[in-house]
Amino acid sequence: MTEALELLGLRIDFGETPVVDGVSLSVARGECVAIVGESGAGKSLTARALLGLTPADARVRFERFSIDGTDVARFGERRWRSLRGAGIALVSQDALVSLDPLQRVGSEIAEPLRLHGLRSGRAALRERVQELLHRVWMPDAARRARQYPHELSGGLRQRALIASAIAAEPAILVADEPTTALDATVQARILGLLRDIADAGTAIVFISHDFAAVRRIADRVLVMRNGVVVESGPVGEVLEKPQHAYTRQLIAATMHEPRVTSTDDVTPVLVATGVTRTYEEIAAVNDASFAVHQGRTLGIVGESGSGKTTLARMIVGVEQPDDGGLRWIGEHRVQLVHQNPLGAFDPRWSIGRSLREALAAGGVPRALRAARVSELLAEVDLDPVLATRRPSALSGGQRQRAAIARALAAEPEVLVLDEPVSALDPSVRERVIQLLLRLQRERRLTMIFVSHDLDVVGAVADDVLVMQDGVIVEQGAVTDVFESPQHPFTQELLDANRPVSP
Amino acid sequence: MKAALIRIAGLAASVVIVLWGAATLVFLAFRVIPGDPVSVMLGPQAQVSEAVKDGIRAELGLDRPPLEQYLTFIGQLARGDLGESYQLRMPVTEVIGRQLGSTLQLSALALVIAVLLALAVALLVRGQAGRAVAAGIELVILSSPVFWIGLILLSVFAFGLGWFPVSGARNPATIVLPAITLALPVAALLSQVLRDGLVQAERMPFAETVRARGASPSWFTLRHGLRHGAANAVTLAAYLTGSVLGGAVLVETVFARAGLGRVTLAAITNRDLPVITGIILLSAIVFVIVNLVIELLHPLIDPRLRTGRGGRR
Amino acid sequence: MKRAQSVLLWCAVAVLLVLAFAAAFPAVLATHDPLQTDVRASLLPPSAEHLFGTDQSGRDVYSRVLYGAGRSIGIGLLATGIALAVGLLIGALAGLAPRGVDAALMRVNDVLMAFPEFLVALVVVAVLGPGPVNIAIAVTLAAVPVYIRLARVQTRTLRSAEHVEAARILGVPPVPAFVRHVVPGVLGSLSVLATIGIGSSILAAAGLSFLGLGPSEPTPEWGLMLAGGRNVLGQAWWIAVFPGIAITVTVIAATIVGRVLRARAEGRTS
Repeated sequence: MTEALELLGLRIDFGETPVVDGVSLSVARGECVAIVGESGAGKSLTARALLGLTPADARVRFERFSIDGTDVARFGERRWRSLRGAGIALVSQDALVSLDPLQRVGSEIAEPLRLHGLRSGRAALRERVQELLHRVWMPDAARRARQYPHELSGGLRQRALIASAIAAEPAILVADEPTTALDATVQARILGLLRDIADAGTAIVFISHDFAAVRRIADRVLVMRNGVVVESGPVGEVLEKPQHAYTRQLIAATMHEPRVTSTDDVTPVLVATGVTRTYEEIAAVNDASFAVHQGRTLGIVGESGSGKTTLARMIVGVEQPDDGGLRWIGEHRVQLVHQNPLGAFDPRWSIGRSLREALAAGGVPRALRAARVSELLAEVDLDPVLATRRPSALSGGQRQRAAIARALAAEPEVLVLDEPVSALDPSVRERVIQLLLRLQRERRLTMIFVSHDLDVVGAVADDVLVMQDGVIVEQGAVTDVFESPQHPFTQELLDANRPVSP
Repeated sequence: MKAALIRIAGLAASVVIVLWGAATLVFLAFRVIPGDPVSVMLGPQAQVSEAVKDGIRAELGLDRPPLEQYLTFIGQLARGDLGESYQLRMPVTEVIGRQLGSTLQLSALALVIAVLLALAVALLVRGQAGRAVAAGIELVILSSPVFWIGLILLSVFAFGLGWFPVSGARNPATIVLPAITLALPVAALLSQVLRDGLVQAERMPFAETVRARGASPSWFTLRHGLRHGAANAVTLAAYLTGSVLGGAVLVETVFARAGLGRVTLAAITNRDLPVITGIILLSAIVFVIVNLVIELLHPLIDPRLRTGRGGRR
Repeated sequence: MKRAQSVLLWCAVAVLLVLAFAAAFPAVLATHDPLQTDVRASLLPPSAEHLFGTDQSGRDVYSRVLYGAGRSIGIGLLATGIALAVGLLIGALAGLAPRGVDAALMRVNDVLMAFPEFLVALVVVAVLGPGPVNIAIAVTLAAVPVYIRLARVQTRTLRSAEHVEAARILGVPPVPAFVRHVVPGVLGSLSVLATIGIGSSILAAAGLSFLGLGPSEPTPEWGLMLAGGRNVLGQAWWIAVFPGIAITVTVIAATIVGRVLRARAEGRTS
C-alpha cells in the first residue's frame, strides 16, 4: 500500500548552512506522525516544505517526495496550487490570526471548495459547510457559519480552521502547533478531534513542542534538533525508553522533580479576605480568601480569564480590590516579575541601565550600582556583558532572568511571578525553574507563582489556589490537591495535564 | 428595528449639533475679529460720512446687541436663510446655489477618476520594484502643489499639444484637465493607503492559510487583500473629501472655471461675511454627511467594528 | 534595503541643506536683484544669464526663487515649530487628564484633523482676512491638531505601558518615571511627524499665496510667482514651472527625511 506521504532526505538551506538536513518522513493513511522539537529545530520549516510553502530565498532539495502517490519532485508553483488544499492541507496555530478577520467563518471554510471547483452554487456550498462544521463538532453550526472569527472562542475558531483544512478531503493534514495557544481543557478536546480525523482515514503530521499532546494523539514520533532528526519510532517506545540524550533531556524537562518543601514554617505574611475586583460588571476576582506563608511558595493556577493575573496584581499593590482586603502582617517588600519581560523593560534602554534604575529606586548609592548590577546578573546566571545589550537582543530565557534580576534589585522578601516560564522552551523552562528554587533557598523568599501549567506549579509550589472564572474553587497543599482533587474543575485540569510518561 | 431607529435619531441629532456648533463658532469668530466690516466692505478709498456708515450698519442689523444678533442669525439659519451678500446684494443661498452645480460636477468626476486610478494601480502593480516605483510617483504627486500640477497639465496638454481647450464654459471638454488635476493627489494618497493595506494583509498569518488552500496571489488580492485595503482607505474618506474641496478652490482658479472657488475667493478678499459664513456652513454639512456615510460604511467592511450582536462564545 | 534607505536619506538631507542655505543667504547664490525690473528683458526664456528666465516685468526668476525660499521654508519651520510646541502641551495634558476631559478634547480635535491643512488654513484666512501675517497664523493653527493627537495617544499608551508600570513597582517615583520613560518616546514621534509636517505647511502657505491671500507683489514668494506665471502660461512656461519645482523638491526632501527617520525609530523600538 502506498503511503499517503513519503519524504526522503529533505534538505533546506538559505545560502550555505542547512537549516533542515536529511529529514525523512512517511505517513500512512489513518496514521498520525508527530515531529517534536524546540524552537529553531526546523520543524515549522519542514511543515511548510510539505506544502511547497517555504520562503522564496530557501533552497529545498530532497531525494524523494510524493503525496498520495503523486511524485511532486518537479512541481512548479502552478501544480502545487492544484495540490494544496486538495491533496495536502495546513492547520496553523492561533486561528484568530490564521483566519481572515474580515471574512465570515463559513466563507473561509468554503474557500478550498471554490478554489478547486468541488462544489458550485451557494446552496451546495452552504450544505457542505454545514457538513464540515458538524464533522468538527461545532455546536450551533448554522449560526456559527455566519459569524466572524473574532466572535468565536479560541477552541471554536480552531475547529473552524480545521474544518476549512479538511473541506476538500485532503489525504494529508499538516498541523503546526494547532493547540498551543489554547487552554488545557480546550486543547484536550481539539486533540481528540484530530485523532478522530486521523482514525477516519486522513494522514496527519503533527508538529509540536509539547510531549503531552504528542502522547495523546500520535502513533509515531520524530525528534528534531537543529534541523536533524535525532530519534524516531513509535510513541510509546520513544517516550518510555528514549535512546538519544537529547530526547531524554526533552522528556525530563516536561516532568519536574516533586517539590521539596523548603520550610515547614507556617507564619502567615499575607492574609486575603473576601477580595473582589470588578471590571465593567464582570467580577475578575470574586470573594477570594487565602493566606500566604513565610518562605513557602503559593501557586495560583487557572486558565485564561480565571482572574489569576488580577489577583497577583492586587497582591503587588498595582491594583486595589473593590471589596474585601489584603492584609500584610509586618513590613514586607514585594516585587513583581511580569508575564512579558519584553514589554516590562524600556526597549530603548540597555539591561544594565534598567537594573541601575531599579537599584537607584531602592536607595543604593551611585558608586555601588555598577558592581551590584554585575552581582545581580551573576546571581541569575547571566553573563555580566549582557548588561550593555538591549532587551530585544536577548533570548527569551535570558530576558526572563534579567527580569528576575531586576526584581531582586529591590531586595524583596516576597516575589510575585506572573507566568514567568510559559513562553519558554521546555529545556530553558527547566533551568529557570531551578534558578527560582535556588534563589528562594538562598534569599529565603516567599514566592507567589501564577501559571496555567499544572506541571510547573507542581514542581515549584508548596500550596496551590485553583481558580476558575474569578473564584477560588479549591486550595490547599499541592500534594493534597493534586492527589485527591475535590472540585470537578481541578479534576478536569489534572486530566488535561496528564504527565508524559506513566 | 428599534435600535436602528434610535441610532438614526442619534445621528440626526449629532448632525444638528455639529451645524449649530459651526454656526456659533463662525458668528463668534467674526465678532472677535477687529475691524469694522462696513469700512472693509466699502473699501479704504470710500469717502463716506459716518452717518451713511451708520445707516448701512443699521440696515445690516450690525448695531443691535450681540445676543440679539446671534438669535436672529440662528433663527434665520433654521429657516434656511443665510442672509444677504454684502457685496452682491443677493441672497447668499442664491450666490452659492448658482455655482454649486459646477463645483459638484468637477468634484464628482475627480473622485471617480481618483478611485479608478487608485484601484488600478493597487491591483496591477506587483513586485517590489513596481511598488517602489509607484510609491515614488505618489510621493512626487503628493509633494507637488495641486495648482502647479494643474499649470503643468494646462501648459502641456492645452497650450502645448492642444488636445484640450484652455477655457470656455460651454465646452464639456474643459472639465477633463481640471478633473484629472484634482484627482491626482487624491488618487496618490488612496493608492498608497490601499497598497499599504494590501501589503499588510499579505504579511498576516492568514495569508499563509489562504495560500495553503491552493490560492494564487491574484485570488488572494481580489478576495481578501482588497477588503483589507478598503477598510484602511475608508478611514481616510473625510480627509479626501476635504482634499477635494480645498483642491477645487485652487483648481478652479488655475483653469478659470466658474464655481464655488471663485465665489469663496471673492468673498474672502472682499470680507463678504455672509457669503463666507454660508460657505463654511456648507462645508460643515458636507463634512457631516461624509462622516455619516463612513460611520455606516466602515462596520460593513470591517466586521470587528460591529457592536455586539454575536458576542463571544 | 538599508543601503538604499541611507543613500536616499543623505541625498534628501543634502538637498535640504542647500535649500536652507539659499533661504538664509540668498544673496550669495543669486545672480540678480529679485526686485530689479527691466522692461526690455521681459519674458525671456532660460539662458546662461537668466537661469530660469525672466517674468513679465523683466525680473530674474532664478533669483526670485532663491529669495522666495526664505519665505516658504521660513513659514514651514515657524508654523511647524509653534504647532509642535502647542500640540505637545495640549496633547500631553489631554493624555494625563481624566477620561471625560480627554474624550471631549479629542472629539473636537478629530473634527479638525479630518480636514487637510490647506482647507483649515483657508477657513482661518476667511475669518481673519488676507495678508502675509494672517496666512502664517492660519497655517500654524491648521498644523496643530495632528500634533495634539499624536502627543495625546503617545502619552496615554506610554503612561500605562508595562515598562512604566514596572518602574513604578520598583519604586521609581511617578514624575521621574514619566520623564525618563514617556517623554523621550513622545518627543521622538513628534519630531518625526514634524519633518513630514513641514511639507504640509509649505504647501498650505503656497496655496494661500497662489490665491492672492498672502503677500502681495512684488514680494518674491513661490505661490505668488506661480499665480503670476499662470497669466502668461502660453508664452512663458518657465515662470510657472520653476517655482513649482522648488516647492516640490523641498517638500519631497523633507518628507523623505521624515519617513526614513520614522522607519529607523520603529526598527529600534521593536
